[in-house]
Amino acid sequence: VVTEDEAGFTLPDVTVTNQSTLEEVFTDLDGAFSLQASEGDVILFSLDGYDDMSINYNNESSLNITMRTSSSFQLDEVVVIGYGTTTYKDATGSVVAVTEKDFNEGIVTAPEQLLTGKVAGLAITTGGGQPGTGSLIRIRGGSSINAVNDPLFVVDGVPMDNGASIAGSSNPLNYINSADIESISVLKDASATAIYGARASNGVIIITTKRGNKNKKLGVTLNSSVSLQDRINQVDVLSGDQFRQVINERANEDVAALLGTANTNWQDEIFKKALGYDTNVGLTGNITPNLPFRLSLGYTNQDGMLKTSNFERTTASVSLSPSLLDDHLKIDINAKGSVEENQFADTGAIGSAIMMDPTQPVYSGNSDFGGYWEWLNADGNPNANATRNPLALLMLKDNHSYVNRLVGNVKFDYKIHGFEDLKAVMNLGLDYSQSSGSETVPAFARMNYNSDVPDNGGLRRDYDQIRRNQLFDFYLNYNKEVASIKSLFDVTAGYSYQSFDYDNHELSTSENGEVLNSEISDINTRVLLGFFGRFNYTFNEKYLLTGTLRYDGTSRFAEDVRWGWFPSLAAAWNISEEGFLKDSKTVSNLKLRAGWGITGQENLNNQPYPYLPIYLSSVNQYAYYPIGGNYVPTLRPNIYDPLIKWEETTTWNIGLDFGFFNNRMWGSVEYYLKETEDMIQNVAAPLPNLNNRITTNIGTMENRGVEIALGGDLIKSTDFTWTVNANATFNENEITKISGAGNNEFYLTGDAIAGGTGNLVLANMVGAPSYSFYVYEQVYDANGTPIEGAYVDQNGDGQINDQDLRIFHSGRPDWMLGFSSNLNYKNWDFGFSMRANIGNYLYNNVASNVGTYAATRGTNGYLANIQADALNSQFENNEYFSDYYIQNASFLKMDYMTLGYTFDKIFGKTNMRFYGTVQNVFTITEYDGLDPEIGSGIDNNVYPRPRIYTLGVNVNF
Amino acid sequence: VDDLDVEIEDPDEIIGGNAYQNLEDYTSGIAKVYAGLALSGQQGSAGQGDIGGIDEGFGQYLRAYWQLQQLPTDETKIAWNDGTLQTFNFQTWSSSSEFINAGYSRFLYEVELANQFLRDSGDDQLNAIGLSDADKAVVHQYRAEARWLRALGYYHAMDLFANVPFKTENDPVGGYYPPQYSRTELFNYIESELIAIENEMVAPRTAGHYGRADRAAAWALLAKMYLNAEVYTGTARYADCITYCEKIMNGGYSLAANYENLFRADNHQGDALNEIIFAIPYDANYMQTFGGMTFIINASIGGDASPSELGVPGGGWGGTRTTKNLVQLFAADGNVNNVVDTRGKVYSSGNGTFFTEGQQLEMADVTQYSNGFGVFKFKNLNADGTAGTTGSNDASQVSVDFPLFRLGDVYLMWTEAKLRTGGADATYVNLLRTRANASTVTAGQINDQFILDERGRELYWEATRRTDLVRFGKFTGGTYVWPWKGQSPEGTSTDAKYDIYPLPVADLSANPNLTQNPGY
Repeated sequence: VVTEDEAGFTLPDVTVTNQSTLEEVFTDLDGAFSLQASEGDVILFSLDGYDDMSINYNNESSLNITMRTSSSFQLDEVVVIGYGTTTYKDATGSVVAVTEKDFNEGIVTAPEQLLTGKVAGLAITTGGGQPGTGSLIRIRGGSSINAVNDPLFVVDGVPMDNGASIAGSSNPLNYINSADIESISVLKDASATAIYGARASNGVIIITTKRGNKNKKLGVTLNSSVSLQDRINQVDVLSGDQFRQVINERANEDVAALLGTANTNWQDEIFKKALGYDTNVGLTGNITPNLPFRLSLGYTNQDGMLKTSNFERTTASVSLSPSLLDDHLKIDINAKGSVEENQFADTGAIGSAIMMDPTQPVYSGNSDFGGYWEWLNADGNPNANATRNPLALLMLKDNHSYVNRLVGNVKFDYKIHGFEDLKAVMNLGLDYSQSSGSETVPAFARMNYNSDVPDNGGLRRDYDQIRRNQLFDFYLNYNKEVASIKSLFDVTAGYSYQSFDYDNHELSTSENGEVLNSEISDINTRVLLGFFGRFNYTFNEKYLLTGTLRYDGTSRFAEDVRWGWFPSLAAAWNISEEGFLKDSKTVSNLKLRAGWGITGQENLNNQPYPYLPIYLSSVNQYAYYPIGGNYVPTLRPNIYDPLIKWEETTTWNIGLDFGFFNNRMWGSVEYYLKETEDMIQNVAAPLPNLNNRITTNIGTMENRGVEIALGGDLIKSTDFTWTVNANATFNENEITKISGAGNNEFYLTGDAIAGGTGNLVLANMVGAPSYSFYVYEQVYDANGTPIEGAYVDQNGDGQINDQDLRIFHSGRPDWMLGFSSNLNYKNWDFGFSMRANIGNYLYNNVASNVGTYAATRGTNGYLANIQADALNSQFENNEYFSDYYIQNASFLKMDYMTLGYTFDKIFGKTNMRFYGTVQNVFTITEYDGLDPEIGSGIDNNVYPRPRIYTLGVNVNF
Repeated sequence: VDDLDVEIEDPDEIIGGNAYQNLEDYTSGIAKVYAGLALSGQQGSAGQGDIGGIDEGFGQYLRAYWQLQQLPTDETKIAWNDGTLQTFNFQTWSSSSEFINAGYSRFLYEVELANQFLRDSGDDQLNAIGLSDADKAVVHQYRAEARWLRALGYYHAMDLFANVPFKTENDPVGGYYPPQYSRTELFNYIESELIAIENEMVAPRTAGHYGRADRAAAWALLAKMYLNAEVYTGTARYADCITYCEKIMNGGYSLAANYENLFRADNHQGDALNEIIFAIPYDANYMQTFGGMTFIINASIGGDASPSELGVPGGGWGGTRTTKNLVQLFAADGNVNNVVDTRGKVYSSGNGTFFTEGQQLEMADVTQYSNGFGVFKFKNLNADGTAGTTGSNDASQVSVDFPLFRLGDVYLMWTEAKLRTGGADATYVNLLRTRANASTVTAGQINDQFILDERGRELYWEATRRTDLVRFGKFTGGTYVWPWKGQSPEGTSTDAKYDIYPLPVADLSANPNLTQNPGY
């Protein structure tokens, strides 16, 4: 009979498994069960919401088992870390593992989106609403400026080529079907990450996929869902009638003559409601008792809201986990394949739809330019400056890609015979992707129209790319408990070799085959070597010490500077194991952790050999020069820094983990300080030089912050449970030094804004966060209306020029908050997740570019619509550099809300859960633009994030 | 561990030591130093840009130089609102202007391209790859031209920025902070270099030397320096100016018969070649950029003008026009319909300059293309009126060469130097006026104002205006104003510090040896 520990009532539906025979039975309403067993068998009792119990059977005729209600938070939960595992109880560093039960729900195509809002210190911002899109991922604010700021992703022990994009795919992690993921560990501080050495400065995210379980019989899971994406809002531009009125009031006759008679809502023309389907099937079991396996297949087909965009993906994964030689040799074989097919819509259509004159029709009524209405010059050629028909941009361009990817690894884990405390582990990994794509525009289309020779217009751009990432790891692990001195030793030492090959080709021709750009080839190889070690020592279960050391070498830097040491040290004190707390009913866990370490960042975006003097020949036939009667290619010496090396980040971390009432409430508080030195930056090169910018090690930057995570099982009873998790992050980023020459200085940075050519509104300046806004201070009249062109004369020299620009906020939030709730009542479940960013600002580029009357002047023979902010600002001209456009973009979002109902044990052992999910439920913000959540800090016609309604079913046989 | 020494596999890329293997490589090397003037990077029309921190087209040498020389003057205003671009219209720029940084960077980048070519082409290297004596002679010729190009880069830097960091091929490549040279030191260096290479350059008008500098190009640069020597060093050198002008005048050059043909798509051949001493070449089939002539022509076309009529059916960017001051050099009342001077006629169907249709003479709003007359001096049309070559992939690209030095300018320099040395002589200015169908003048009519005005009439939009106005003391201050000078619609006095540009903050922060120019 199985009973519950507190009230003592009996427990039905407990799964009772004889692990030796794999026979499985369930308890009845009285908690009773009967099972065949012989002496020595291990019998496992498990029930959701209770700690698993296992007993050794000693020929008892009956058993009375008491099961303890479990906390949603398990101190001894296995957490995957670099080259090994640990548990929360034993961890000394800042590590958070998120498992399947806590993942975000709804349509999630890429793995990182499972974590949005769930982990303190981890910011995930999707690139917008395009299906299959990637995300900007920052751990603790990001340690780098011009080096890659993404964390290192490690999938089943294979480090990905971090920062590398895959041609034809908008997210390099798309190959992993999120249904195949078992857990994701987020390693935040140096004591956790330093074992990855030169790639660890921006944190490490370890993804572990599901595999077969020796103790589980055949199981089948089926998940299937259908979703509908819908637009939430649209940019507020003038309607055709409003626009006609404004033009007739403000413009002269010549300009007014450009008006048309239509009323076109261009945004309605380019967007649609989009459907998506997602199905995956997983099969787990044992081929032989020592050969567990898992197989899965997944298929996703997701239309985007922007017409023509589509993401289609098929994934397959196989995992085999045989154990041989009496469990001494465990082999873990994983292979994941994916075929991704994208149809990319031209996102330029989004901006065009806002700017296109609403008084013009969609179609011209004649067959020119595919029948789409376009602005023309008097000579009948397209107007070079005018907005293009947004629907034509979508319908006349075919831009599709195919991405095939195979990622696999084989891991051998061998416990040495006769010396079982020592094991040898070898991991061989391969990540191979092959992608190709083409972009086709017919000659008659406006977008690649050739006014000189119309037959020579159009575009055919074909590209193909191969990436190959190969890994060899070997390490030894020695784990020994010496009871006599109450000590536990766990020592790891190993070697890692990884190479990255890259091969990219691209050729553009006109539609009829005339070469526009001679073939561009880009080929390179990189190699990373590392020696690493970790020493864990636990004394009396109370005092823990971890030291790691990595010695890394990279082909990216010159021989004298390519090797570096990356040490870390951390200690923890399990206070709750001390006598005075050991028997406390209140405090169930209290641990103080402190760590220090140095990590590196060697990845400088697309620059495989920044230390070598490279001469680059003309890459196409349009960059020649006449010498001696012939046009000859030119040969350019590129700038380089022979001594460039990795940047180094020193991290300090102190944290307190706590749990109360048998861990019914849990949480942690951490403080960290990260200082990056020898930052890799692209800065001014002292002239004369072979470029005015050089990528070199210069300057320092700090991130300081506090992270708080709290969770609790607010209600825990047989029929009703309610678990909540909350987290808060405060991060402060500051550039503390930029210049080598020591001047207090700054430089403009970031991508150019829309409007004008090459306008930059972001700067890096000492004393300010990286990528801060750099703008004029707007002067307002008594009514609070901005006075056009009136700015505060910051330096008091009587004139307003760029010396009066100043740092004004940044796109970084001061606070990030996350909150999620899961409620189960009988067979019903209800969950939601919310997120808030506080103190982040956005540059509203849509308003600054389109929200003025400048567009209505008919300059260059065409009219452009205006965004309704012009009615507020009354600006006649574009005031791109006014802080009027730097707007508070703090927000509170509900990422999803889901309601499910589970039918238990229908058709025997089958569970079936039906659910409905709404994603992007609501956003509360003062920000004026469409969506306050934009990673770059500049809001310029992002692909809007849809609201998604999903209906789905999960079936477990 | 040896795997960390990776090989370069990219077909377009070569590691330094292997870059030069034969004469062809050196030809490509010198081609790059020249292309530094004409193109923006290794991929036409954009991509693989040479310098950073700015839109690639804006950062092109000729475009940056042209903007610095034209926009702050009475000849040109631009409508666009890019970054700090408008501060050129007004003379209100500061040291953090990205366009100033672009020009400065370009001139000094050109210097280093030449330095690097000289480092890579020493006799040791030529012998090491076993070049024949004949091939070595060709490389020696290239080296002289690289020195001319370096002198040109330093000259533009000195003219516009006065005191700039100085570096030659004998200085190290990395980890080096060049010292700052004063304007006088730079002047002396450029002068000594040009004199040193004079006899190594090929003779003027050598056949098959299209797109390259010859001895007359060195003379022309010297003449230009001597004409402005008082501004640069405080010491006038008019006699030297006359000497070098006369070397050119005796070098076999003659005026093109038709003024307008100097600025057309086929100005690399025929009549125009008699006059042009050095032009930055463009050919839309081989040389594409969004700077250079593509910019000068397309930016000038807007409003009701027809881009295809001007040879750029895919272009017309609607940016640059002129103030009434330039127009009034030809027609005091601003009515250009009756102008007979072929340099200042109204534009019509591919001929003439001033575009008035839908345009107004007055410039009430500097950001409106329709305010101010259009200037279609440069046209992508051939002398016979047919369309010039445009890019088969991009119908905004052009084939008009930019005349950097031409005999017409030399005649005016000579005339000015003669006036300053007390020997006013109208002979050569009258050759120009006769060609232009303008009335001749007497020596007695030649004075400061006449020279400045005649230079405006002959050389407008050829990137000499700022230098000329500075030399005549009229660029800043209040003795001469034009619309939008000092950010006032009518024009107002400006501070004399604007006679030279500030060193960009970027280089000041990168190089501790630099001191900012006075007033900034």
